[in-house]
Amino acid sequence: MNMETRSLKTSAETELASLFDGARGDFAGSDAVRKRREEAFSAFDKRGLPHRRVEEYKYSDIRAKLKSASALVAAGTDGDAKAALDAVATYGDLERYRIVIDNGRLVTGLSDIGALKGEGVTVSDLNAALGETDGLLDVSTIAAADPMIMLNTALVLGGAVVRVGDGVEVSRPIEIVYTASATGARYTRCRIELGKGAKATILESFEDDVAEAEGNAVSDFVIGDEAKLTLARVVTGEATHVSSVLMDIGASAEVKAIGFNMGTDFARTQSFVTFSGEHSNASLYGITMVREKQHSDHTLVVDHKVPNCESRERFKAVIDDFAEGVFQGKIIVRPHAQKTDGRMMTQALLLSEDASMANKPELEIFADDVQCAHGATSGQIDEDLLFYLRARGIPEAQARMLLVLAFLAEAVEEMEDEGIVSALEGRIRDWLSVEE
Amino acid sequence: MPAVQETIDRVRSIDVDQYKYGFVTEIESDKAPKGLNEDVIRFISEKKGEPEWMLEWRLEAYRRWLTMTEPTWARVSYPKIEFNELYYYSAPKNTPGPKSLDEVDPELLETYEKLGIPLREQEILAGVAPENRVAVDAVFDSVSVVTTFKEELKKAGVIFCSISEALREYPDLVRKYLGSVVPVSDNFYATLNSAVFSDGSFVYVPEGVRCPMELSTYFRINEQNTGQFERTLIIADKGAYVSYLEGCTAPQRDENQLHAAVVELIAHDDAEIKYSTVQNWYPGDKNGKGGIYNFVTKRGDCRGKNSKISWTQVETGSAITWKYPSCILRGDNSRGEFYSIAVSNGHQQIDSGTKMIHLGKNTSSRIISKGISAGKSENTYRGLVSAHRKATNARNFTQCDSLLIGQDCGAHTVPYMESKNSTAVFEHEATTSKISDDQMFYCQQRGLSEEEAVALIVNGFVKDVIQQLPMEFAVEAQKLISISLEGSVG
Repeated sequence: MNMETRSLKTSAETELASLFDGARGDFAGSDAVRKRREEAFSAFDKRGLPHRRVEEYKYSDIRAKLKSASALVAAGTDGDAKAALDAVATYGDLERYRIVIDNGRLVTGLSDIGALKGEGVTVSDLNAALGETDGLLDVSTIAAADPMIMLNTALVLGGAVVRVGDGVEVSRPIEIVYTASATGARYTRCRIELGKGAKATILESFEDDVAEAEGNAVSDFVIGDEAKLTLARVVTGEATHVSSVLMDIGASAEVKAIGFNMGTDFARTQSFVTFSGEHSNASLYGITMVREKQHSDHTLVVDHKVPNCESRERFKAVIDDFAEGVFQGKIIVRPHAQKTDGRMMTQALLLSEDASMANKPELEIFADDVQCAHGATSGQIDEDLLFYLRARGIPEAQARMLLVLAFLAEAVEEMEDEGIVSALEGRIRDWLSVEE
Repeated sequence: MPAVQETIDRVRSIDVDQYKYGFVTEIESDKAPKGLNEDVIRFISEKKGEPEWMLEWRLEAYRRWLTMTEPTWARVSYPKIEFNELYYYSAPKNTPGPKSLDEVDPELLETYEKLGIPLREQEILAGVAPENRVAVDAVFDSVSVVTTFKEELKKAGVIFCSISEALREYPDLVRKYLGSVVPVSDNFYATLNSAVFSDGSFVYVPEGVRCPMELSTYFRINEQNTGQFERTLIIADKGAYVSYLEGCTAPQRDENQLHAAVVELIAHDDAEIKYSTVQNWYPGDKNGKGGIYNFVTKRGDCRGKNSKISWTQVETGSAITWKYPSCILRGDNSRGEFYSIAVSNGHQQIDSGTKMIHLGKNTSSRIISKGISAGKSENTYRGLVSAHRKATNARNFTQCDSLLIGQDCGAHTVPYMESKNSTAVFEHEATTSKISDDQMFYCQQRGLSEEEAVALIVNGFVKDVIQQLPMEFAVEAQKLISISLEGSVG
C-alpha cells in the first residue's frame, strides 16, 4: 500500500546494487539459499531504501540518512578481534559464555563453543549452516516485507546458529558480542533456537559500530513449546544501526526481553514478535537514551496469531539536547485469537527544550473477546519530585540524575536477574554521568 | 435516565436492517450534466450567481485536483470512484430563494417532516422556552432550501444563511475567510470540494455576541448518482459564542454515493465554537451494498487568544467514513476538544479521529473517542497530537476506547503523538474490550433481554460523549446508536 513507483535511485541505492553484484560470487550456502538472497535483493531493489512516506519508517527516514552505502567489511584476524573484544565491558565480570562475532563473522577461536556443547548448546557458523539447512533465512510474512530485513537477507556476511537442546537449562547467560576491528558495513544474522522446555538467558551486545559505516543485524529467535527465554540487548556505538529482532513463540513459552538504544548516532531496533502457540506470554521492554543529535527508534509489532496469549510492552525514553526519540508499537490480534491480553505503555522524558519524541502505539484488533490497552505519555521531569529531593539537600544535578535513573529502572528491574539488572543500571549511570 | 427506556422501546419496535430514513422524495430537480470539467464548474458558478473571483478560485482548485491522486492510507477499501459518472450539481426545481416556508415545495416539507426536522418552528416548538429554539438551514441535495429564524438572528447581528447567499450578500467576509483553514490544495477531497461545492451554511457571529439560539443544518442527499459537496464556514469574532448542529440522512440506494464536505471554523480572541454532528447517512444494506462514502475535511482554527473549539460527533451511518475534525491551536491559551462516538455495524468501515496541532503557548486539548464495532465492520481511530517547538506548556489528554460486539468485526487504534517541546505534557490511553459476560449476566438477571442489555451497556459506554451534545441531539443520538446496533447480538 505504501509502495510508490520510483524512477530515480539514490546513490546509496545504486551502490547497494553494485555491492550485491560484487558479493554474489562469495555467497555461502545451497542453491536454494542463493535463490532466496536474489529474491530478497530484487524485492528490496523494487522498494528502495525506506523513507518518511513509508508508514513504518515515517519517523526514521533511512533514505535521507544514508547518503552512500559503505563497502562490506572484510574479515579480520583473531588477534584484532581479541583486541576489540577486550574493549567491550558491558557485563563486567558477570559469569557468562561468550560467542564473538567480529566484522560480521563468527570467531570460533574466541567463542566458548566447547563449553556450551557440554551444556547441550550447539553453536555453528551461519555460513556453514546455510549449506546444510535451506530455511535459515526465512522469516515471518510481516518481517519479510521490511526492506531492511530484505537487505540483510541479501547481503548477510555471517553470524551464528545457536541451538539449545530440548529440556536444556543453560547454567550461565550466553553473551553474543558483536565487535568491529575494521571499518565497513556489517550485515549480520544470528539464529537462536530454544528446544522444547529449554531455558536460556541471552545477552546481545552491539559494540561493533564504526563511524560512517552501517550495521544491519537480524536476530532470529525460535522459541519452542514450554521454553523460557530471557534476552537483554544493548545497541551502542557511533554509526547508523538497524537491528531486527524476530521472535516466533511456541505454546506455553515465556519470554522476557529488554532492548537498549543508547549513544548511537542513528539506531533503529525493530522487533517482530509472533505468538504461534497458545498460553504463552511475552514481556518486552525498551530503553532509549539519546543526546546531541542522536536518533533512536524502537519499533515493535506483536502479532497475536493464536488465542490465550499475553503480552506486556513497556518502553521508556530519555531524550536530551537536540535528540529525537521514536516509539512505534503495534499489537495485532488476529481473528479467533480470543482471550488475548495485551498491554503496551510508552513513556518519554524530555530533558531539554529541543528534544523531541514521536509516539505511535497502535492496536489492530480482529477478535472480540480480548483485553487490550495502551498508554503513552511524554513530558519533562516532575518539578515537585525535584523540589522534594532538593529540599532534602540533594544537589539539583544529582536529583535529576536520580529521577531519570528511577524512571528507566522501572523497566530494567522487570528483568529480575540481579546480575543483569545491575549491569544494565550501570550502563544507565555511565550514560547519565557524562551529562555532568 | 428516561432516554434509555426510550432507546429500548425503539429497538423493540423496529425490524432489523431497516433504515428509517431510506425514502426517496419525488421532486423534479435541476442537474448539471454528468461528469466533471471546467464547463460544469462554470455552470455551477453561474447558477449560483457568483462573483468572478469565486469562479477563478473554483477553476484553480479544479486544475490542481486534476494533478492529485486519491489518498490510500486509511484503513478502508472500496472500488475506485468514477468521478466522471457523478452529477456535481443537483437542485430541487423551482426553489430559487424561497421567501418563506409557504413557498417551499410541500413535498420537500414532507420530507423534512419525516426526518423530524423542526422546520415549522412555532408549531413544533410550542410550549418550549424561547432560548431552546433552534434555527435550521436545510440543504437538499446540493442546495440550501430554507433557513429559519433569519430575522431574529439578524437582530442579534448574527449572519446565518446559505453560503451561496453569503457569496452574494457578504462577498468580502467570505473571501476573507474561505479556504483560510482548509486551503484549496489541502487534500484530494477538499480540493474537489473547493472546485464544485454547491452550497452549505455560513455563520458569522460578530464581536461580543452570544448567538441567541442553536444553529442547525440538515443535509440530505436525494438524487441518484449525485455527489454532495457542501461547504460550511463559521466565524466567531472576538468574544463571540455559537453552537452549531449538523444532521445528515440519505435515501436507500444500491449505488454508492459520494459526500465530500469541507467545514471551516474560525475562532478569534476569546471566542468559542461548539460544533456537533449526528451523521446518519445510509450505511448500505446488510450485504454491504450501497451506502454513502463520507469523505469529509473538518478543521477549526483557534486563531485568537483564549479561543475554544469543540467538536462532538456521533457517527452511525455511511458505508465508509473518512473524517478527522481537527483543531489548530494557534492562539495562546486556546483549547480544542474532540468528543466522538463512532458506531459501525454490517459492512461499514470507519476511519475517523482528530488532529490537535498545538502551536501557541499554554494550549490544551482533550480527546475522548468511543468506537463500537459490530457485525462485519471495521472501526479505526486515527489521531494526531503534536506540539511544535514554541508550544510551551501544551497539554493533551486522549482517551480512546473501543467496544467489540461479535467475532467478525475489527477495532483499531492508530494514535500519533509528536512532541517537540519538553514542557508539553501528553497523556494517552486506549482500551479495547468486549461487553463482559458479568455485565450481561447482571442485566439479564434483572429481566432485560440480551438486546436490551447491550443497549443499556452501550449507552453507559458512550455517556461521556453524549453529555457533550446539546439536549435535542442527545436524545436523538441515543436512539440512533441503538438502531445502528440492531441485529448485532444473538
